[in-house]
Amino acid sequence: MAEAILSVRNLRKSYGALTVTDGVSLDLCAGEIHALIGPNGAGKTTLIHQIAGTVKQDGGTIAFLGRDIGGLGVAERARLGLGRSFQISSLAPEFSALRNVMLAVQSQQGSSFHAFRPVMRDPSLTEPALNMLERVGLAGRAHVTAAELSHGERRRLEIAIALALCPRAFLFDEPMAGMGPEGSKSLTGFLNDLRQEAPILLVEHDMDAVFALADRVSVLVYGRVIASGSVSEIRNNAEVRRAYFGEHI
Amino acid sequence: MQTTLLIEQILNGVQFGVMLFLMAAGLTLIFGVMGVINLAHGSLYMLGAFACAAVATATGSFWLGLMASLAAAAAAGAIVELLVIRRLYDRDHLDQVLATFALILIFSEGTRWLFGSFPLYLNIPPVLSGAVDLPAGARYQLYRLAIILVGIAVAIGLYLLISKTRLGMRIRAGQSDREMIAALGVDIRTLYTVVFALGAALAGLAGAMVGALQSVQVGMGEPVLILAFVVIVIGGIGSIKGALVGAALVGLVDTLGRFLLPQFFALFLGPSQGTTVGAALASMLIYIVMALILAVRPRGLFAAST
Amino acid sequence: MKRMRAETPINFLLAGLLLLVPLAALALEEPFYITLATRMAILALAAVGLNLALGLGGLVSFGHAAFFGIGGYTAGILSTHASNAQPLMTWPIEIGGSDNMLVIWPVAVVLSGLVALVTGAISLRTSGVYFIMITLAFAQMIYYFATSWPAYGGEDGLSLGLRNAFPGINTALPLNFFLICYALLIAALYLFARIRDSRFGTALQAARQNQVRLAAVGISPFPIRLAAFVLSAMMTGLAGSLFADLNRFVSPSMLSWQMSGELIVLVILGGTGRLFGPVAGAMLFVLFEFILGGFTERWQLFLGLILLGVVLFARGGLLGLLAGKVRHG
Repeated sequence: MAEAILSVRNLRKSYGALTVTDGVSLDLCAGEIHALIGPNGAGKTTLIHQIAGTVKQDGGTIAFLGRDIGGLGVAERARLGLGRSFQISSLAPEFSALRNVMLAVQSQQGSSFHAFRPVMRDPSLTEPALNMLERVGLAGRAHVTAAELSHGERRRLEIAIALALCPRAFLFDEPMAGMGPEGSKSLTGFLNDLRQEAPILLVEHDMDAVFALADRVSVLVYGRVIASGSVSEIRNNAEVRRAYFGEHI
Repeated sequence: MQTTLLIEQILNGVQFGVMLFLMAAGLTLIFGVMGVINLAHGSLYMLGAFACAAVATATGSFWLGLMASLAAAAAAGAIVELLVIRRLYDRDHLDQVLATFALILIFSEGTRWLFGSFPLYLNIPPVLSGAVDLPAGARYQLYRLAIILVGIAVAIGLYLLISKTRLGMRIRAGQSDREMIAALGVDIRTLYTVVFALGAALAGLAGAMVGALQSVQVGMGEPVLILAFVVIVIGGIGSIKGALVGAALVGLVDTLGRFLLPQFFALFLGPSQGTTVGAALASMLIYIVMALILAVRPRGLFAAST
Repeated sequence: MKRMRAETPINFLLAGLLLLVPLAALALEEPFYITLATRMAILALAAVGLNLALGLGGLVSFGHAAFFGIGGYTAGILSTHASNAQPLMTWPIEIGGSDNMLVIWPVAVVLSGLVALVTGAISLRTSGVYFIMITLAFAQMIYYFATSWPAYGGEDGLSLGLRNAFPGINTALPLNFFLICYALLIAALYLFARIRDSRFGTALQAARQNQVRLAAVGISPFPIRLAAFVLSAMMTGLAGSLFADLNRFVSPSMLSWQMSGELIVLVILGGTGRLFGPVAGAMLFVLFEFILGGFTERWQLFLGLILLGVVLFARGGLLGLLAGKVRHG
C-alpha cells in the first residue's frame, strides 16, 4: 500500500456525555478514494470537521503529509493542502461564482494583503478561476452570484473552490446530496478522475456512488469505525449488514 | 479614620455594583432569550428615574414614585418590544444597534420635551434618611444600605424566578433552544414581551433608586448602560450569574480605584501630580480590567454555551 | 467584463453637488454654507473610514469616535504646543508642537492606527455583540481619560487659536479649507474603491459574508480584519484632525458614544458598504441637522424617528433606494 497522505489515529471527541468520535483511526493514501459511510448521527461530519480544523478534537492525532496538524487552525490546514467541501454549501453569497473561486486562487498564490490591484482585471486570478469553473461545468454561470445559483450548482462551485486550492487531499462531505440522478452520475465520473490529482476522503450517502468509486470503505457507527475494507469486504461484512445496511438493503 | 473610610468606600462599591447588576441582569436576560442588543436600556433607566421623581413630587410619596417607576418602565418596555424590538429578532446586530440608538434619541428628546432641560430632584424617603453605625466606628447612609439589600433581594428573586417557576423554565428553554419552546407550545411572542418588560422594570427600579442619590436628568442612562455592557462582557453574555459577579467586580474596582489610586500615586509623584495621574488612571481602570479578562477569556467569565 | 454600476452616475452627482455647495455659497455671499459643506466633507471622510470596517468587513465598531477624537486631540495638542512654544516632551528626545497640517495629519493617522492595533487585537478575538460592546467600552475609556486629564482642558475641551497651516495655502479662508477637506475625501474614496476591489478587499468582504469559507480556502480572517480595522481607524483619525481645525476646538464630545453612534448612522443612512454611502449619509445628516434644527431644537427626536424608519423599512439607505442592490464583480 502507498504511504498515507492523511493519517488519523485514535481520534476522540465528546459533547458532554455524548461521544461523537470514539477512537477513530483511518488513512488516506495517494490515488485512492476512501469512502466514509454510516447512518445519520454516526459522527461523519464531525470527523471531517476535526480533520479540517473547524472542530477541535479531545484526543488523538491527525497527521497530514507526515506532519502533526492537530493543533493548527483551519486556514493553516487549508494552506498545507487540505481542500474541503461542506455538507451544507458554504460560500460567499454576495460574490459571483467566479469571485468565490478567485478567493481560493488568491490564497493559493500567497498573500492576501495586496490592497491596490483590482482582482477582476487580474488575469492571474480570473484565468485559473474560470478554468476551475469550466472543469465543473459552471463556466457559463461565472458571473451569477452564489446566492442565485441552484442547489446543484452550488455543490459544484464548492468543488471548484476546492480544486483551485490545488490540494494534496480532498475532504468531500456529501457532495452528491440533493443533486438528482443526472448530477450524481456526472459527478461520480468527475470524482473518479479526480483521484489522480489528490486522494479523496468521501462522506457520502449515495451507495451507488460509493460502491462505484471507493477503493476503500470505512463504516462509522456511533462514532466508531466498525469495519474498514474494500467494497466487497464491506458488502459481505455481517456486522455492517446488521448495523447499517439492515435498514437500507 | 482610614479604615472607616475604606469600609464606606467598599460599601459604596457594592451599592454601585448592585445598581449595575439591576441594569446588566435585564440586558443579559434580553440578549440571552431574544438575541437582541438593546441600547435603549439606559433610556428605560432614565424613564424610571423621571417617573419616580415626577410622581414623588406630585404626591409627596417616594413609595408611590417607586411604584410608578416600575410601572412606567415595564409599560414602556412592553410597548417598545411590541412596536420596534419585535421586528428586530431576525435582523443582524447592526440593525438592532441602529434601531435602539434611534430609540435613545427619541426617548431623550421626548423626555426633554416633557420635563424641560433642567434636572429634577428626588428626596430620600424620610424612613431611610440618616445613617447607621457599623463595626469599627464606621457609619453608613441608611438609604444606600437599603439599595444594597434591594439588589440582593432582586438577585435572589431572579434566581428563584428562573430556577423554580414556569416562566423561568420557559426563559431557560428560550436561552438554549428557541425552536424547542415553540415546539412546547409556549406562546413565544408573549414570553418575549414579558421578558422585555421584566428587564425594563429592573432598569426602571435602578433608575428610581439612584435618582434619590443624584440629579434626575436626560442622558443619565447611557453612561450606566455602557458600564452594564462592560459588566456583561466580563461576566459572559446571557449569564445572570456572570452579571452578578461582573457587577460586583466593576462596582468595587471602579469605586476603590477612584479612592485608592490618587492616594497611591501621590506617594510617588507628590499630591498634585499624583492625584491627577491617579484619577486619570482610575477612570480607565475597569476598561483595563475588562481587556485583561477578555485576553484570557474572550467570552467572559461565565460564558453561556452558544 | 467591467459593467457600469447603477450607482456610478449618482456618485458623480453627489461628488459634484458637494463641490457645488461652497461655490454657490460664494456666489450668494453666504459663507456659512461653506462651513456646512466642509462639515459634510469631514464627516463623510470619517464615515468612509468606518465604512471600510463596517461596510466591507462587517465589523460593527461602536467606538470609532475614539479615533475621530484622537485625530482631533492630535491637531489640538500639537497646535497648542506650537503656539505656546513649549515642547510636547523633553525626554528621551525633545519633541515640539506643530501647526503644519502636513505634520499633524501623519501623526494623527499613526496614533489612531496604533490605538486601533491594540484595541482591535483585543476586540477582534471576539465577534458579534461582544465586539460591539467592547469597541464601545474602549472608546468610553479614552473618553473618560480625556475628561479626567486636565492638561489639555479636561471636560472643557481645548481651543485652537488659529487654524493649522498648509504650506502655500491660506487655510483661514473657508473655501481653501473646504477644498483641502474635499480633496482628502476624494482621495479616501479612491483608496476605498481600490481596496474594495483588491485581493485584500475580497478577503475582507468574504470574512463578512462567510468567515468559515474564508478560512477553508486558507486565509485567516483575524489578520485581514485587524488590518482593515487599523486602516479604517486611520481614515477616521485623519477626519478628526480636520474636524478640530474646522471648529478650532476639540472636546471630549468628539470621543463620546453619541459620536460613535452618529458615525454608524452616517454609513447606514447613505447605504452600508457602498462607495458613496458615507458621502450621501453625511450630506443627508448635516442637512437634517440644519433644516430640522432650524425648525425645532428637538431635531434629534425627528432624526430618531427617521432613523428608525430607515432601519425598519428602508434597509439599503439612500443609495439603496436610488440604485438598487449592491452588485459585486
